[in-house]
Amino acid sequence: MSTTTKDAPTPTATAGRPALRRQGRAIGAPRAHPLAYAVLGLGLVVVMSPFIWMALSSVKGEGEIRRVPPTWWPQEPTLDNFTELFARLDFPQFFTNSTVVAIAVTLGNLLFSSLLGYVLAKFEFAGKKVLFRLVLGTLMIPGMVTLVPLFVLVANMGLVNTYAGLILPFLAAPFGVFLMRQFFLGIPDELIDAARVDGASELRIFAQVVVPLAKPAFATLAILTFLGSWNNFLWPLVVATTEDKYTLPVALALYSTGQNQTDYGLLLAGAVVVVVPVLVVFLLLQRYFVQGVAMTGIK
Amino acid sequence: MSADTAVRSVSTDRTGTPLKTRSPLYRRRTRAAWGFALPFMLLFMTFTAGPVLMSLAMAVTDLRSRDLRNPLGVNFIGFDNFVAVLQDPLFRKAAANTLYFVLVGVPLTLGLALGIAVVLNAGITRLKTFFRVGYYMPVVTSIVAVAVVWRFLLHPDTGLINEVLGWVGIDGPNWLASTTWAMPSMIAMATWRSIGTLIIIFLAGLQGVDASQHEAAALDGAGAWQRFRFITIPSMRPTLLFGAVITGIGYVQFFEEPFVMTQGGPLNSTLSVAFHTYNQFGFGNYGYAAAMSYVLFLAVVVLTLVQFRVLGERDTPRRHRWRRTPVARKEIGR
Repeated sequence: MSTTTKDAPTPTATAGRPALRRQGRAIGAPRAHPLAYAVLGLGLVVVMSPFIWMALSSVKGEGEIRRVPPTWWPQEPTLDNFTELFARLDFPQFFTNSTVVAIAVTLGNLLFSSLLGYVLAKFEFAGKKVLFRLVLGTLMIPGMVTLVPLFVLVANMGLVNTYAGLILPFLAAPFGVFLMRQFFLGIPDELIDAARVDGASELRIFAQVVVPLAKPAFATLAILTFLGSWNNFLWPLVVATTEDKYTLPVALALYSTGQNQTDYGLLLAGAVVVVVPVLVVFLLLQRYFVQGVAMTGIK
Repeated sequence: MSADTAVRSVSTDRTGTPLKTRSPLYRRRTRAAWGFALPFMLLFMTFTAGPVLMSLAMAVTDLRSRDLRNPLGVNFIGFDNFVAVLQDPLFRKAAANTLYFVLVGVPLTLGLALGIAVVLNAGITRLKTFFRVGYYMPVVTSIVAVAVVWRFLLHPDTGLINEVLGWVGIDGPNWLASTTWAMPSMIAMATWRSIGTLIIIFLAGLQGVDASQHEAAALDGAGAWQRFRFITIPSMRPTLLFGAVITGIGYVQFFEEPFVMTQGGPLNSTLSVAFHTYNQFGFGNYGYAAAMSYVLFLAVVVLTLVQFRVLGERDTPRRHRWRRTPVARKEIGR
């Protein structure tokens, strides 16, 4: 938690050079060289240009998109690509599917991961080490290992092409356990012990003492899980077999292969539709992403 | 990998006073803890641990998709699948491609991310968040949308990349249709998608570098490069290791880029091991594909161990260090 990228005052800093710290620079570090801004700015242009290019090109007509040499600014901006796309594909349905799945997966992760993460951080009990290694050990196992057995399992349960089939395999993710555990480690034992002395049950301590303290961690986990689910691609592609269960990435992926492969205008409009909601959420809540990555190192 | 560091820390992080294992209180806590853990563990056992074991079982049989209806036709064949995988020329091709992707991609991604993080950390204040958010944006973007945009960017005639290369007089290739350039395109895309996470991790790590050491070294006349090499890098070692391990684990499994961009082509030049495995599953060769997925798992483990050895903490005297870690020096020194 302490590792957000804001400059945290170090003991030396507060004692020795308070004035320097107020300007937010590390001690001994020189003021940023103009060259630093130039390098970072150039890098940023390179990183951002695919997004800008995507947005600008999505409002170009099909003729302009194919023009050689390519144009940068749209000469005659048009929304034809979007209207055409929405006429051809049932985007409200895909959007609903993506949302339903992502919300369900997120709620499940918040509940199940926090319960397990809490006992792994704050309880001493028989089997703790085994549990911890079992759950966290799977973080290193490639997704390819479980893909087919998981599909066979889901098929045997009769859940192919259902919301349950899309949701269930992702409800219990080791990543969430790790993130919540890391956070709960920082909660003082005294708080929990005091509640125990007062006679509160373990469940009540968790619900009324621990959970309210962990709001930032819950927010971080919720956002990371939601976006992970929103962008998830391979599993929905395998499990959703009819259009009414497609999520947004699956719909775009299937549309972008085969005979539509060269409908660049429509595809770019589709990419904008898939990316923009995510970017808006990200820009609004970016500090939670930073926290999550800094806390666990995993996106 | 986070798994591993975390596993290690469990013995030291123990909280509170140790309870006697036989005490009634300990037993009550154990019951409560398992009650809390139960919902997660039921789901985990069913949808993660179960399939992992099932996959292992598949790997030692000749299971094919048609056998699912007739389980009695399945034979135990030991390590035959593994032998067949290692003799498969297409697997060897895929392994070589994956190795290329990892050996070029991981150092490139780490180096770029570290460079950007260091520059960001060198006195930039107001625009720091702006830059950080900008570099992180590709991380939150759906791979499918990324593929659409990049296919367009890499288009030989109407793409932005060849247009920009044209400004400086370079006649860019047909990236995705060239056996030489398809893989570098994949690496560029993966790097673009991954540096955001690493920059944030490295920025966090840079906060742990002792500023007074920098000051002292600067007073002694050490230049910026020397301070970076002899103070920043050694203090960042655990963070670098962590970054290398999570990037390595991700890159060894690289699958989505060829899946959405090239389907492994042209002429299998971007076929990765994970993608080959996926294809074999698709052809119904379940036992064979499961064996290959375990080979991939083994590769992840080996790579992680190598990284721990190269970048991990060590107490050996300095001279030893120099001799033992040529790779670390090369990777970090860029």
